[in-house]
Amino acid sequence: MYNGGKIIIGLLIFVGIVTFPILYDRGKVTAKPDPKIDTPEILKLPENERKCVESKAFMTKEHMKLLNQWRDWVVRDANGIYINTEGKRYTMSLQNTCMKCHSNKKKFCDECHNYADVKPYCWDCHIAPKEKET
Amino acid sequence: MSMNRREFLKIAGASAILGFGGISAIDALEKVEGAQVLSELKALKAKRWAMIVDIKKFKTEEDYKKVINACNHIHNVPQIANPKHAVKWIWTDTYERTFPDLEYEYAPEEIKQKPFIMLCNHCDNPPCVRVCPVKATFKREDGIVMQDMHRCIGCKFCMAACPYGSRSYNFLPPRSYIKEENKEFPTRTLGVVEKCIFCYERLDKGLPPACVEASNGALIFGDLADPNSEVRKVLSANYVIRRKSELGTRPMVWYLI
Repeated sequence: MYNGGKIIIGLLIFVGIVTFPILYDRGKVTAKPDPKIDTPEILKLPENERKCVESKAFMTKEHMKLLNQWRDWVVRDANGIYINTEGKRYTMSLQNTCMKCHSNKKKFCDECHNYADVKPYCWDCHIAPKEKET
Repeated sequence: MSMNRREFLKIAGASAILGFGGISAIDALEKVEGAQVLSELKALKAKRWAMIVDIKKFKTEEDYKKVINACNHIHNVPQIANPKHAVKWIWTDTYERTFPDLEYEYAPEEIKQKPFIMLCNHCDNPPCVRVCPVKATFKREDGIVMQDMHRCIGCKFCMAACPYGSRSYNFLPPRSYIKEENKEFPTRTLGVVEKCIFCYERLDKGLPPACVEASNGALIFGDLADPNSEVRKVLSANYVIRRKSELGTRPMVWYLI
Protein backbone atom coordinates (compact mmCIF):
# COMPACT_ATOMS: atom_id res chain seq x y z
CA MET A 1 0.00 0.00 0.00
CA TYR A 2 1.42 3.36 -1.02
CA ASN A 3 1.40 5.98 1.75
CA GLY A 4 -0.18 3.43 4.05
CA GLY A 5 0.55 5.34 7.23
CA LYS A 6 -1.06 8.53 5.96
CA ILE A 7 -4.15 6.66 4.76
CA ILE A 8 -4.61 4.89 8.09
CA ILE A 9 -4.18 8.10 10.04
CA GLY A 10 -6.62 9.83 7.68
CA LEU A 11 -9.15 7.02 8.13
CA LEU A 12 -8.80 7.19 11.91
CA ILE A 13 -9.42 10.94 11.87
CA PHE A 14 -12.43 10.43 9.60
CA VAL A 15 -13.95 7.74 11.83
CA GLY A 16 -13.27 9.92 14.85
CA ILE A 17 -15.12 12.90 13.40
CA VAL A 18 -18.07 10.84 12.20
CA THR A 19 -18.57 8.99 15.47
CA PHE A 20 -17.85 11.98 17.70
CA PRO A 21 -21.47 13.16 18.08
CA ILE A 22 -22.61 9.67 19.05
CA LEU A 23 -19.75 9.04 21.49
CA TYR A 24 -20.05 12.54 22.95
CA ASP A 25 -23.72 12.09 23.84
CA ARG A 26 -23.29 8.55 25.21
CA GLY A 27 -24.39 8.01 28.73
CA LYS A 28 -25.82 11.50 29.08
CA VAL A 29 -29.45 11.65 30.10
CA THR A 30 -31.56 14.41 28.65
CA ALA A 31 -34.65 15.25 30.64
CA LYS A 32 -37.75 13.83 28.97
CA PRO A 33 -40.18 16.50 27.87
CA ASP A 34 -43.08 16.90 30.25
CA PRO A 35 -45.70 19.23 28.81
CA LYS A 36 -47.92 20.74 31.48
CA ILE A 37 -51.67 21.01 31.17
CA ASP A 38 -52.32 22.56 34.58
CA THR A 39 -52.98 26.15 33.55
CA PRO A 40 -55.40 28.15 35.71
CA GLU A 41 -57.82 28.25 32.77
CA ILE A 42 -57.95 24.45 32.57
CA LEU A 43 -58.12 23.97 36.36
CA LYS A 44 -61.07 26.34 36.48
CA LEU A 45 -63.13 24.00 34.30
CA PRO A 46 -65.24 21.35 36.00
CA GLU A 47 -63.60 17.91 35.98
CA ASN A 48 -65.82 16.42 33.26
CA GLU A 49 -65.23 19.32 30.85
CA ARG A 50 -61.46 19.14 31.00
CA LYS A 51 -61.15 17.79 27.50
CA CYS A 52 -59.36 18.97 24.44
CA VAL A 53 -61.13 19.13 21.08
CA GLU A 54 -60.16 15.51 20.45
CA SER A 55 -58.80 12.71 22.65
CA LYS A 56 -55.45 13.20 24.36
CA ALA A 57 -53.82 10.37 22.42
CA PHE A 58 -54.99 11.84 19.14
CA MET A 59 -53.90 15.35 20.01
CA THR A 60 -50.44 14.23 21.09
CA LYS A 61 -49.87 12.39 17.87
CA GLU A 62 -51.79 14.38 15.31
CA HIS A 63 -52.12 17.97 16.53
CA MET A 64 -49.94 19.28 13.73
CA LYS A 65 -52.15 17.72 11.11
CA LEU A 66 -55.27 18.98 12.84
CA LEU A 67 -53.91 22.53 13.01
CA ASN A 68 -52.97 22.33 9.36
CA GLN A 69 -56.52 21.33 8.44
CA TRP A 70 -57.99 24.00 10.69
CA ARG A 71 -55.96 26.62 8.92
CA ASP A 72 -57.13 25.48 5.49
CA TRP A 73 -60.74 25.23 6.57
CA VAL A 74 -60.79 28.70 8.08
CA VAL A 75 -58.60 30.67 5.71
CA ARG A 76 -59.35 28.97 2.43
CA ASP A 77 -62.81 27.43 2.79
CA ALA A 78 -64.43 30.05 5.07
CA ASN A 79 -65.57 27.43 7.58
CA GLY A 80 -65.12 28.59 11.15
CA ILE A 81 -66.65 25.82 13.24
CA TYR A 82 -65.18 22.42 14.02
CA ILE A 83 -67.48 19.61 15.10
CA ASN A 84 -65.44 16.97 16.89
CA THR A 85 -66.03 13.24 17.04
CA GLU A 86 -68.35 13.70 20.02
CA GLY A 87 -70.41 16.29 18.16
CA LYS A 88 -69.18 19.25 20.22
CA ARG A 89 -68.57 22.52 18.39
CA TYR A 90 -65.46 24.66 18.57
CA THR A 91 -64.32 27.83 16.85
CA MET A 92 -61.22 26.93 14.86
CA SER A 93 -58.57 29.34 16.05
CA LEU A 94 -55.10 28.84 17.45
CA GLN A 95 -55.02 32.17 19.23
CA ASN A 96 -58.64 32.29 20.39
CA THR A 97 -59.39 28.62 21.09
CA CYS A 98 -56.25 26.51 21.69
CA MET A 99 -54.28 29.10 23.60
CA LYS A 100 -57.24 30.27 25.68
CA CYS A 101 -56.90 27.01 27.65
CA HIS A 102 -53.25 26.24 26.98
CA SER A 103 -52.05 29.62 28.13
CA ASN A 104 -48.61 28.17 28.95
CA LYS A 105 -46.87 28.13 25.60
CA LYS A 106 -43.42 27.62 27.15
CA LYS A 107 -44.40 24.61 29.21
CA PHE A 108 -46.89 23.23 26.70
CA CYS A 109 -45.67 23.84 23.14
CA ASP A 110 -41.98 24.57 23.53
CA GLU A 111 -41.36 21.70 25.95
CA CYS A 112 -41.61 19.03 23.27
CA HIS A 113 -40.73 21.16 20.27
CA ASN A 114 -37.37 22.03 21.79
CA TYR A 115 -36.72 18.41 22.73
CA ALA A 116 -37.50 17.21 19.21
CA ASP A 117 -35.80 20.26 17.70
CA VAL A 118 -38.78 21.18 15.56
CA LYS A 119 -39.35 24.85 14.92
CA PRO A 120 -42.91 25.52 13.82
CA TYR A 121 -43.32 29.12 12.67
CA CYS A 122 -46.75 29.64 14.27
CA TRP A 123 -45.53 32.38 16.57
CA ASP A 124 -43.94 34.51 13.87
CA CYS A 125 -47.45 35.81 13.29
CA HIS A 126 -49.80 34.40 15.92
CA ILE A 127 -49.55 36.15 19.25
CA ALA A 128 -48.66 33.84 22.12
CA PRO A 129 -50.48 34.36 25.41
CA LYS A 130 -48.68 36.45 28.02
CA GLU A 131 -46.83 34.33 30.54
CA LYS A 132 -45.22 34.98 33.86
CA GLU A 133 -41.48 34.41 33.75
CA THR A 134 -40.64 31.18 35.55
CA MET B 1 -41.31 -11.65 -21.38
CA SER B 2 -43.84 -11.13 -24.11
CA MET B 3 -47.14 -9.45 -23.52
CA ASN B 4 -49.95 -8.70 -25.87
CA ARG B 5 -51.83 -5.44 -25.95
CA ARG B 6 -54.82 -6.81 -24.07
CA GLU B 7 -52.71 -8.05 -21.13
CA PHE B 8 -50.82 -4.80 -20.95
CA LEU B 9 -54.03 -2.76 -20.74
CA LYS B 10 -55.40 -5.05 -18.04
CA ILE B 11 -52.33 -4.60 -15.86
CA ALA B 12 -52.20 -0.87 -16.52
CA GLY B 13 -55.88 -0.48 -15.59
CA ALA B 14 -55.58 -2.54 -12.44
CA SER B 15 -52.54 -0.65 -11.22
CA ALA B 16 -54.22 2.69 -11.91
CA ILE B 17 -57.18 1.63 -9.74
CA LEU B 18 -54.82 0.47 -7.01
CA GLY B 19 -52.96 3.76 -7.21
CA PHE B 20 -56.09 5.85 -6.78
CA GLY B 21 -57.19 3.57 -3.97
CA GLY B 22 -53.87 4.26 -2.28
CA ILE B 23 -54.37 8.02 -2.57
CA SER B 24 -57.83 7.87 -1.01
CA ALA B 25 -56.49 5.67 1.78
CA ILE B 26 -53.88 8.30 2.61
CA ASP B 27 -56.62 10.95 2.48
CA ALA B 28 -58.72 8.96 4.93
CA LEU B 29 -55.79 8.64 7.34
CA GLU B 30 -55.20 12.38 7.28
CA LYS B 31 -58.69 13.26 8.46
CA VAL B 32 -60.09 12.87 11.94
CA GLU B 33 -62.77 10.23 11.87
CA GLY B 34 -66.23 11.64 12.39
CA ALA B 35 -65.11 15.24 12.57
CA GLN B 36 -66.93 17.83 10.47
CA VAL B 37 -66.71 21.50 9.75
CA LEU B 38 -69.32 24.18 9.42
CA SER B 39 -69.38 27.83 8.67
CA GLU B 40 -70.35 29.96 11.64
CA LEU B 41 -74.14 30.04 12.00
CA LYS B 42 -74.36 33.78 12.56
CA ALA B 43 -71.86 34.57 9.79
CA LEU B 44 -72.87 37.26 7.33
CA LYS B 45 -73.10 35.69 3.91
CA ALA B 46 -73.27 37.14 0.43
CA LYS B 47 -72.75 36.22 -3.17
CA ARG B 48 -70.62 39.28 -3.88
CA TRP B 49 -69.50 41.70 -1.20
CA ALA B 50 -69.06 45.31 -2.25
CA MET B 51 -68.51 48.71 -0.67
CA ILE B 52 -69.50 52.27 -1.42
CA VAL B 53 -67.40 55.17 -0.13
CA ASP B 54 -69.68 58.17 0.38
CA ILE B 55 -66.97 60.79 0.24
CA LYS B 56 -69.41 63.64 0.99
CA LYS B 57 -69.87 62.27 4.49
CA PHE B 58 -66.16 62.57 5.23
CA LYS B 59 -65.96 66.13 6.49
CA THR B 60 -63.34 66.56 9.18
CA GLU B 61 -59.96 64.97 9.63
CA GLU B 62 -61.48 63.07 12.51
CA ASP B 63 -63.88 61.25 10.15
CA TYR B 64 -60.97 59.79 8.21
CA LYS B 65 -58.90 59.02 11.26
CA LYS B 66 -61.47 57.00 13.12
CA VAL B 67 -62.14 54.77 10.10
CA ILE B 68 -58.44 54.17 9.44
CA ASN B 69 -57.52 53.69 13.09
CA ALA B 70 -60.32 51.17 13.63
CA CYS B 71 -58.83 48.97 10.92
CA ASN B 72 -55.22 49.45 11.95
CA HIS B 73 -55.93 48.54 15.55
CA ILE B 74 -58.04 45.46 14.88
CA HIS B 75 -55.66 43.99 12.31
CA ASN B 76 -52.36 44.84 14.00
CA VAL B 77 -51.25 46.95 11.05
CA PRO B 78 -47.73 48.27 11.71
CA GLN B 79 -47.34 52.07 11.62
CA ILE B 80 -44.19 52.85 9.69
CA ALA B 81 -43.48 56.50 8.85
CA ASN B 82 -41.17 55.91 5.88
CA PRO B 83 -43.52 55.69 2.86
CA LYS B 84 -41.21 53.21 1.15
CA HIS B 85 -41.77 50.70 3.95
CA ALA B 86 -45.26 51.68 5.03
CA VAL B 87 -47.95 49.03 5.36
CA LYS B 88 -51.39 50.18 4.23
CA TRP B 89 -54.77 48.50 4.52
CA ILE B 90 -56.97 51.56 4.32
CA TRP B 91 -55.49 54.98 3.71
CA THR B 92 -56.08 58.32 2.02
CA ASP B 93 -54.62 60.07 -1.00
CA THR B 94 -55.49 62.97 -3.28
CA TYR B 95 -58.23 63.03 -5.91
CA GLU B 96 -55.59 63.20 -8.62
CA ARG B 97 -53.94 60.00 -7.46
CA THR B 98 -57.18 58.20 -6.71
CA PHE B 99 -58.71 58.84 -10.14
CA PRO B 100 -55.78 59.63 -12.47
CA ASP B 101 -57.96 58.86 -15.49
CA LEU B 102 -60.86 61.09 -14.40
CA GLU B 103 -58.84 64.02 -13.11
CA TYR B 104 -59.20 67.32 -15.00
CA GLU B 105 -57.86 70.79 -14.47
CA TYR B 106 -61.18 72.56 -13.86
CA ALA B 107 -62.60 70.17 -11.29
CA PRO B 108 -64.16 71.84 -8.23
CA GLU B 109 -61.54 73.02 -5.80
CA GLU B 110 -63.26 71.15 -2.96
CA ILE B 111 -62.83 67.82 -4.73
CA LYS B 112 -59.23 68.60 -5.66
CA GLN B 113 -58.32 69.31 -2.06
CA LYS B 114 -60.20 66.45 -0.46
CA PRO B 115 -58.43 63.29 0.68
CA PHE B 116 -60.03 60.11 -0.69
CA ILE B 117 -60.32 56.86 1.23
CA MET B 118 -58.60 53.98 -0.51
CA LEU B 119 -58.52 50.27 0.20
CA CYS B 120 -58.29 46.99 -1.65
CA ASN B 121 -60.98 47.01 -4.34
CA HIS B 122 -61.67 43.28 -4.03
CA CYS B 123 -61.84 43.13 -7.82
CA ASP B 124 -64.14 40.70 -9.51
CA ASN B 125 -61.31 39.99 -11.94
CA PRO B 126 -58.31 40.35 -9.63
CA PRO B 127 -54.93 40.53 -11.39
CA CYS B 128 -53.11 39.78 -8.12
CA VAL B 129 -54.80 36.37 -7.93
CA ARG B 130 -53.81 35.54 -11.47
CA VAL B 131 -50.11 36.22 -10.92
CA CYS B 132 -49.63 34.62 -7.49
CA PRO B 133 -47.36 31.62 -8.10
CA VAL B 134 -48.36 29.82 -4.88
CA LYS B 135 -52.08 30.68 -4.76
CA ALA B 136 -51.54 32.54 -1.51
CA THR B 137 -53.98 35.13 -2.73
CA PHE B 138 -57.28 33.85 -4.01
CA LYS B 139 -60.89 34.89 -4.47
CA ARG B 140 -63.38 33.53 -1.98
CA GLU B 141 -66.83 32.43 -3.09
CA ASP B 142 -68.29 35.63 -1.68
CA GLY B 143 -65.91 37.73 -3.76
CA ILE B 144 -63.42 38.68 -1.06
CA VAL B 145 -59.87 38.64 -2.38
CA MET B 146 -58.09 36.84 0.44
CA GLN B 147 -54.46 36.70 1.38
CA ASP B 148 -53.23 33.48 2.98
CA MET B 149 -50.21 34.65 4.96
CA HIS B 150 -49.21 31.04 5.67
CA ARG B 151 -48.58 30.46 2.03
CA CYS B 152 -47.13 33.80 0.88
CA ILE B 153 -43.51 33.54 -0.20
CA GLY B 154 -43.06 37.30 -0.55
CA CYS B 155 -42.29 37.34 -4.27
CA LYS B 156 -44.19 40.67 -4.70
CA PHE B 157 -45.71 39.68 -8.07
CA CYS B 158 -49.12 40.70 -6.72
CA MET B 159 -47.82 44.14 -5.80
CA ALA B 160 -46.65 44.63 -9.37
CA ALA B 161 -49.98 43.36 -10.70
CA CYS B 162 -52.26 45.46 -8.50
CA PRO B 163 -53.06 48.75 -10.25
CA TYR B 164 -54.32 50.31 -7.02
CA GLY B 165 -51.27 50.03 -4.77
CA SER B 166 -53.39 48.10 -2.29
CA ARG B 167 -50.69 45.66 -1.32
CA SER B 168 -47.83 46.22 1.08
CA TYR B 169 -44.72 44.18 1.66
CA ASN B 170 -43.26 43.76 5.13
CA PHE B 171 -39.78 45.13 4.61
CA LEU B 172 -39.37 45.68 8.35
CA PRO B 173 -40.29 43.35 11.23
CA PRO B 174 -43.94 44.38 11.71
CA ARG B 175 -44.10 43.61 15.41
CA SER B 176 -41.65 46.39 16.23
CA TYR B 177 -44.10 48.93 14.76
CA ILE B 178 -47.30 47.91 16.49
CA LYS B 179 -48.05 49.99 19.55
CA GLU B 180 -50.85 47.96 21.02
CA GLU B 181 -51.47 44.44 19.82
CA ASN B 182 -54.95 43.07 19.32
CA LYS B 183 -54.58 39.65 20.91
CA GLU B 184 -57.51 38.21 18.95
CA PHE B 185 -55.84 38.66 15.57
CA PRO B 186 -52.40 37.57 14.36
CA THR B 187 -49.71 39.96 13.21
CA ARG B 188 -47.74 39.32 10.05
CA THR B 189 -44.12 38.33 9.72
CA LEU B 190 -41.17 39.79 7.91
CA GLY B 191 -41.30 39.19 4.15
CA VAL B 192 -44.97 38.61 3.41
CA VAL B 193 -47.42 40.77 1.50
CA GLU B 194 -50.55 41.97 3.23
CA LYS B 195 -53.66 43.96 2.39
CA CYS B 196 -57.27 44.64 3.32
CA ILE B 197 -59.25 41.41 3.65
CA PHE B 198 -62.73 42.98 3.93
CA CYS B 199 -62.72 41.82 7.56
CA TYR B 200 -63.57 38.24 6.64
CA GLU B 201 -62.91 37.28 10.27
CA ARG B 202 -65.56 39.75 11.44
CA LEU B 203 -68.06 38.77 8.74
CA ASP B 204 -67.69 35.16 9.90
CA LYS B 205 -68.68 36.30 13.38
CA GLY B 206 -71.67 38.22 12.04
CA LEU B 207 -70.11 41.67 12.32
CA PRO B 208 -69.67 44.29 9.60
CA PRO B 209 -66.13 45.32 8.62
CA ALA B 210 -64.37 47.45 11.22
CA CYS B 211 -64.10 50.53 8.97
CA VAL B 212 -67.79 50.36 8.08
CA GLU B 213 -68.74 50.11 11.73
CA ALA B 214 -66.58 53.13 12.62
CA SER B 215 -67.67 55.25 9.65
CA ASN B 216 -71.14 56.31 10.81
CA GLY B 217 -72.71 55.46 7.47
CA ALA B 218 -70.03 57.01 5.28
CA LEU B 219 -68.97 53.55 4.15
CA ILE B 220 -71.76 51.33 2.89
CA PHE B 221 -71.19 47.59 2.74
CA GLY B 222 -73.41 44.86 1.36
CA ASP B 223 -74.25 42.14 -1.10
CA LEU B 224 -74.15 43.28 -4.70
CA ALA B 225 -76.07 40.22 -5.83
CA ASP B 226 -79.04 41.05 -3.61
CA PRO B 227 -81.30 43.68 -5.28
CA ASN B 228 -82.67 44.72 -1.88
CA SER B 229 -79.32 45.36 -0.25
CA GLU B 230 -78.36 48.89 0.77
CA VAL B 231 -75.45 48.84 -1.66
CA ARG B 232 -77.75 48.14 -4.59
CA LYS B 233 -80.21 50.81 -3.51
CA VAL B 234 -77.50 53.45 -3.32
CA LEU B 235 -76.04 52.32 -6.65
CA SER B 236 -79.36 52.56 -8.46
CA ALA B 237 -80.18 55.99 -7.00
CA ASN B 238 -76.81 57.70 -7.54
CA TYR B 239 -74.13 58.12 -10.15
CA VAL B 240 -70.93 56.57 -8.83
CA ILE B 241 -67.38 56.13 -10.07
CA ARG B 242 -64.74 53.45 -9.62
CA ARG B 243 -60.97 53.59 -9.67
CA LYS B 244 -59.38 52.73 -13.01
CA SER B 245 -62.35 50.66 -14.16
CA GLU B 246 -61.03 50.85 -17.74
CA LEU B 247 -58.40 48.27 -16.79
CA GLY B 248 -61.09 45.59 -16.64
CA THR B 249 -60.40 44.49 -13.09
CA ARG B 250 -64.05 45.16 -12.14
CA PRO B 251 -63.31 46.83 -8.80
CA MET B 252 -65.96 46.38 -6.10
CA VAL B 253 -65.41 49.65 -4.26
CA TRP B 254 -67.54 52.52 -5.57
CA TYR B 255 -67.14 56.22 -4.82
CA LEU B 256 -70.09 58.51 -4.30
CA ILE B 257 -68.71 61.96 -5.12
